[in-house]
Amino acid sequence: MARIVVDPITRIEGHLRIEAVIEGGKITDAFSSGTMVRGFEKILKGRDPRDAWAFTERACGVCTTVHALASVRCVEDALKISVPKNAELIRNLMFCTQYVQDHVVHFYHLHALDWVDIVSTLKADPAETSKLAQSLSNWPKSSPGYFSDLQKRLKTYVGSGQLGIFANGYWGHPAYKLPPEVNLLAVAHYLEALEWQKEIVKIHAIFGGKNPHPNYLVGGVPCPINTDEVNALNTERLNHVGSLISGAMNFVEQVYIPDLMAIAGFYKDWAAIGSGLKNYMAYGDLPTRGYNYPEYFKFQRGAILNRNLNEVFDVNGRDSEEIKEYISHSWYKYADGDTKGLHPWQGETEFNFTGPKPPFEQLNVEGKYSWLKTPRWKDHPMEVGPLARLLVAFAKGNTEVKDVVTEALQKLNVPVDALFSTLGRTAARGLETRLVVRWMKEFYDQLIASIKGGDVNTFTREKWDPSTWPATAEGVGMTEAPRGALAHWIRIKDRLIDNYQLVVPSTWNASPRDAKGQRSAYEESLIGTPVANIEQPVEILRTIHSFDPCLACAVHIYDPEGKHVHQVQFN
Amino acid sequence: MTGRSPSIWQSMRAKGYSRRDFIQFCTVAAVTAGLESSALGKVVEAFETKSRPPVVWLHFQECTCCSESFIRSSHPIVADILLDYLSLDYTETLQAAAGHQAEKCLQDTIKNYPGKYILLVEGSVPMKDDGIYCMIGGRSSEDILREAAKDAAAVIAWGSCASNGCIQSAKPNPTNATPIHKIIGKPVINVPGCPPIADVMTGVVTHLLVFGMAPQLDSQGRPKEFYGRRVHDTCYRRPYYDAGLFVETWDDEAARKGYCLYKMGCRGPVTYNACSVTKWNGGVSYPIQSGHGCIGCSENGFWDNGPFYQHLASFPGFGIESTADTIGTVAGIATAAGVTLHAITTNIRKRKLIKDEVAESVETGKKAEGGDK
Repeated sequence: MARIVVDPITRIEGHLRIEAVIEGGKITDAFSSGTMVRGFEKILKGRDPRDAWAFTERACGVCTTVHALASVRCVEDALKISVPKNAELIRNLMFCTQYVQDHVVHFYHLHALDWVDIVSTLKADPAETSKLAQSLSNWPKSSPGYFSDLQKRLKTYVGSGQLGIFANGYWGHPAYKLPPEVNLLAVAHYLEALEWQKEIVKIHAIFGGKNPHPNYLVGGVPCPINTDEVNALNTERLNHVGSLISGAMNFVEQVYIPDLMAIAGFYKDWAAIGSGLKNYMAYGDLPTRGYNYPEYFKFQRGAILNRNLNEVFDVNGRDSEEIKEYISHSWYKYADGDTKGLHPWQGETEFNFTGPKPPFEQLNVEGKYSWLKTPRWKDHPMEVGPLARLLVAFAKGNTEVKDVVTEALQKLNVPVDALFSTLGRTAARGLETRLVVRWMKEFYDQLIASIKGGDVNTFTREKWDPSTWPATAEGVGMTEAPRGALAHWIRIKDRLIDNYQLVVPSTWNASPRDAKGQRSAYEESLIGTPVANIEQPVEILRTIHSFDPCLACAVHIYDPEGKHVHQVQFN
Repeated sequence: MTGRSPSIWQSMRAKGYSRRDFIQFCTVAAVTAGLESSALGKVVEAFETKSRPPVVWLHFQECTCCSESFIRSSHPIVADILLDYLSLDYTETLQAAAGHQAEKCLQDTIKNYPGKYILLVEGSVPMKDDGIYCMIGGRSSEDILREAAKDAAAVIAWGSCASNGCIQSAKPNPTNATPIHKIIGKPVINVPGCPPIADVMTGVVTHLLVFGMAPQLDSQGRPKEFYGRRVHDTCYRRPYYDAGLFVETWDDEAARKGYCLYKMGCRGPVTYNACSVTKWNGGVSYPIQSGHGCIGCSENGFWDNGPFYQHLASFPGFGIESTADTIGTVAGIATAAGVTLHAITTNIRKRKLIKDEVAESVETGKKAEGGDK
């Protein structure tokens, strides 16, 4: 038996640590711990609710915008503000932009190196890579010379002896199964995606002034529309957005999806690994008739229990009996004791670190072991994210979703059950990206039609002035971050924030177990995962990365007494 | 294999610089980076012999927006930076290695290149309660920072978190989030902003690499090249301010004509940054151009400088603008007359400002380092 410590897992709002127990080549238990906290809830207290979007947006710079959106929605919900149609469309366009950029970056820059062996590219035949590329899509950068030049560049890079970000990878591990030619193709697209991702976010700059962290506004969007003015959202700006959407559709359909399907074809065994929880939840998003009408959202709202796709339950963020946060294993304390759960409107954020103090080698997993609270829906642990969104939509009979999912399953020749896996999560992310770029075009066309029809409103003015507000108000702002269900709960008193709670996707997925011992998604998904070589646990990275939390982990290996088995030295 | 790209010395020689010029560059680099003159030899060696200088990027209390911004760089593009400009030996965001292999990358760079690697830090360090609020690999962030900073040739603080504490240091600063220059006891190049502009980030790094020396810094450690001008003074909407044409509420006629956002709370008048010149995302826009005021995200303590939508006059002690503005202020909120008066006064004051800045530029040419004002 060995205990592997994976720390840190980055690219979420904080630092994440995984401890896993391995017996007989498989993981038998796992513990997930958030090891960084900033105290947002404490900082927000007493501030102007209209400023909260800017504060909470800084919860995450990777899925930037999603917290700003949840925040303006919870304030609007509390103050009963409906935003104009144009504002809804512009917010949807910003939402879609975030998805496309984030999912592409996740696939190529955060996840791909778990599947793609960069060193193997040096052995590839560029002419064969070119043939392969041309058989997969019409993407123009596919000549033998293009891949040959790239290979020369990589040889020069490796020959310099300075491997930079590629140093000390698990290169050569038997779990890497792609032929050198496919690896070369993937690395070419790694570099192209790195360049492309900076283009699509220009949509955020156009509507929100900058990316990361574009500007939002309670009551609408800050960018005015005026087709008779150079100083506003005019024809040139709209054309720019239109071009970027076309470019995104091309990249997704000609690069991302073909690569995803090609790589998945070599790793079908991962359709049976990392299945995890059997419960899935999505709040839904992309409203088409306003935030209060989730039945018209593009991404639907609902919960699935025990993988029963014949029944989808309603999810209500206001019901104090549905969503609750527990702290049995979290470094917090509640005024009325640590055993009962609190609905976020009643939420408390009082630190209570019980150790171990750094430097330490292992957490005390019997007691409190994380800065994340443990959220539950009707006391069930729920997985959130792209897979949950697709499953909820699939179960609700959404034909667009059914079509892309069925097509992908047929192409890979795998059953529906293959979705409940590490591979399924990674595939779901790509499949929903296909839908999101199509929807982007729809929203864009609707925005143009709206302006053409004479509507240029982007802001609802009535409740902007705090003197119009009631003495107390409470609201909930629900959205779908790329990583899953996200909501903010606010209580406003005397025009200031009285309580503010964020329950984020990483909390649903990465939280410690609850008082009943029920594991959350990360912990559960690792159970049964094979680890061929505990010195190179690439399998853990594959499953954890399939949730899109991070890229790099620092793995420490201990025996059950907590001593180092050995220091692993590679390369 | 002819793989090695030219060292900085080789590049400079190809461009006609003498070895004397090169040593001079390195001297300024060493002084600006706060090294003892005895360490000069190491800096020369670092830039001369390594084809790509080793770089370590640490992450503490942050949201990774700085890393995300960095990869948005349009000139140079980030693929070229990673493959040709530098050797990013440790970065939790992009590196392939995991586990001990990743830690080994960090330890190898610290051990093998003492005084020769560049340290980039994203995030603040929580100093309360022995560092329990940010632990990586079972160690406190303070511990890791001190170790990595000790032998770094130059230290760059990315973003407002590392430069001034940013959001987690906003009141009541629950974890005592602290900027790195207050911890490591050596000079730091502060590159504030939430996040900083991508092309500013790569601009600062390439300034080090291409010119072989740190950029000139102001009294807050910010490169003058990017933080020497107020957003307000370089804003394309400035003429509306001077003319007294202001947006009065969101999406009004004035907003649709792109008038000045000063009365909507814009912090441009008190914010030093390159936004209105360099702009964001390849020069596409910046907050004001897209209709929202500047929130002052590169300024120390900007989260606590009052509600974002309350205009500046309401806050005392805001430097040169508040004095003029206060003249027309009634109960904390300036009247239209007050703002107009403010604009007129500002124009008069601006003459002196321009005169001062011209004088300052001349002075700057003579000095290796100078305070801003």
